[in-house]
Formats: sequence, structure tokens, C-alpha cells
Amino acid sequence: MFSLFNWFRYASPQTFYPLAGRMIPWFAGAAAVFAAAGLYVGFFVAPTDAQQSEVYRVIFIHVPVSWMSMFIYLVMAAWGAIGLAFNTRLSFMMARSLAPTGALFAFLSLWTGALWGRPTWGTWWVWDARLTSELILLFLYLGVMALQAAIDDQRRGDRAGALLAIIGAINVPIIYFSVVWWNTLHQGASVSLTRAPSMARAMLAGMLLMSLACWMYSIAVSLARARCIMLERERHTAWVGELAGSAS
Amino acid sequence: MNWGSPAEFFAMGGYAFYVWGSFGVCMIAVVIETILLFRRRTNLLLQLKSESSGNP
Repeated sequence: MFSLFNWFRYASPQTFYPLAGRMIPWFAGAAAVFAAAGLYVGFFVAPTDAQQSEVYRVIFIHVPVSWMSMFIYLVMAAWGAIGLAFNTRLSFMMARSLAPTGALFAFLSLWTGALWGRPTWGTWWVWDARLTSELILLFLYLGVMALQAAIDDQRRGDRAGALLAIIGAINVPIIYFSVVWWNTLHQGASVSLTRAPSMARAMLAGMLLMSLACWMYSIAVSLARARCIMLERERHTAWVGELAGSAS
Repeated sequence: MNWGSPAEFFAMGGYAFYVWGSFGVCMIAVVIETILLFRRRTNLLLQLKSESSGNP
């Protein structure tokens, strides 16, 4: 019961706003530390790949941003579902705050993939199941954002965006399993455990550290964006008025 | 250690464009998103402040 009480307490923008403000520096700092460690491991500890030489190091950014693009989408759809079910203001604000960052990660996934595909496959782009479904993910993000922005009534925009996000969530397992279900040019599991153990460990460590950095960054940025959305939406309330009056 | 010299590090075994193109664009994207958010917040606070002082 105690924890339930706390959740409802922080479900109001007025109480969540200062809490988010206190959390952002910690997540941003953690992102910087994990990124520094991940880049160090990725460039200085992980050895040169026998087949791909140095170009394989794109993996340390490509895999984390791709995972993140899929995961943020699921979180965004989940916030939308919670908002539709319980009609909570904060969940829609969180859903809106995640969309631009998710779209950015989807774009970066395609970008780094193209830069990796060119030297290894000989092409920037191919209409393969994995690549095409990731492109659809980017369009879904843009579609959700456009739909939310196109509807003047904020609450209806929230609901429409949430519905599209939930329906589009079917695409995430399709991306994830595309390399299993179809015969694709994209490779399967990214970490090969059949290689020499020391190498697989260093590669895995670099990828996981970079993934943690992406997580921390996404949380910090989405909280910061959610805080802006809270102020914009609640600008005529007393708590925002007080805050604006005292802000330097 | 994989690299004999800084030049070797930046050359990335001849794949500098692909490796640095990936990491560089990701870094630029992160910096731009952060700057845009700071600007959005600064402008918003200025706006709110003028609103609250305009009609107290």
C-alpha cells in the first residue's frame, strides 16, 4: 500500500517536476561515465577483428542505438497504454517526451548501419527485412509525432498518438526476429561466442557499456523534455506561476 | 593496446570514414539534441516569467 501511495503522489506533474529535475544530473553524469568507459573498451581494449579489421568497431555504437530505438518505442507505447487506461496526464507527457529521442536513435541506427554496410556488404542500403523494418520504425516514430502535433485538441492528440504507438508496437518483434524469420543480408546474433573468449568478452563489455550510456542518456533527455512539456501544458496553474516567478 | 601511434588510431586501418562517420554523427546528434532542449527550456522560462509578471 505504501508504494502504491507513492506512485500516485509522483503521478502528478507538480510533484514529479522537481523530482525529475533532481534526477537529470545523475543520469546525465552516468551517461558520460559509461560512454567514456565504453569508448575506451571499444577502441583500446577490444582487439582488431580478424575478418573485418577495424571497421567492425562501428558495432559499439550501431548495436546500442539500434537496441535503444526498439526499446524506447516499447516504453513509449506502454506509457500511451497506461494513459489510455487510467487517463493520467503524466503518462501522455512521458510518451510525448520519448518520441523525438526514439526517432533520433532509429535514424542513427540506419545511419551507422549504412556506414557499416558499405565496406562489408558493398552497399549502403538493401531492401532486406531487418533494414526495412527498422526504416518502418523510424516512420512510425515520425507518424506518432506528426499525429500528436496535427490534432489541435491536446488530449485527443495524446490519445490518437498513443493508439498509433500501440498498434505500431507489433513492428518491434518483427525487427527483432527478422534475422531469424527471413533470410536476410543482415547478420544474426551480434556477439559471436565461438570466437576466442577474451575477445568476445571485451567486445561484449564495450557494447554493454555503450548500451548503458544510451540508456542513461535517453532517461536524462526524456526527463528534461518531459519537464518542458509539463511547464507548457500547466502554464496557467498556480505551481507553474510560482515557479516562473521565482526562476532566475 | 591496438595502436602504435595516434595516426594509426585515426586511420582505423583505412576505414576512418566509416568508423568516424558513425561515431561522429552520433556525437553531433547528441550535442544538437541537448542544445535544443536547453534552448527550449530557457525560452520557455523567459516566456513564463514575462507572463507571470505581465498579469500578476
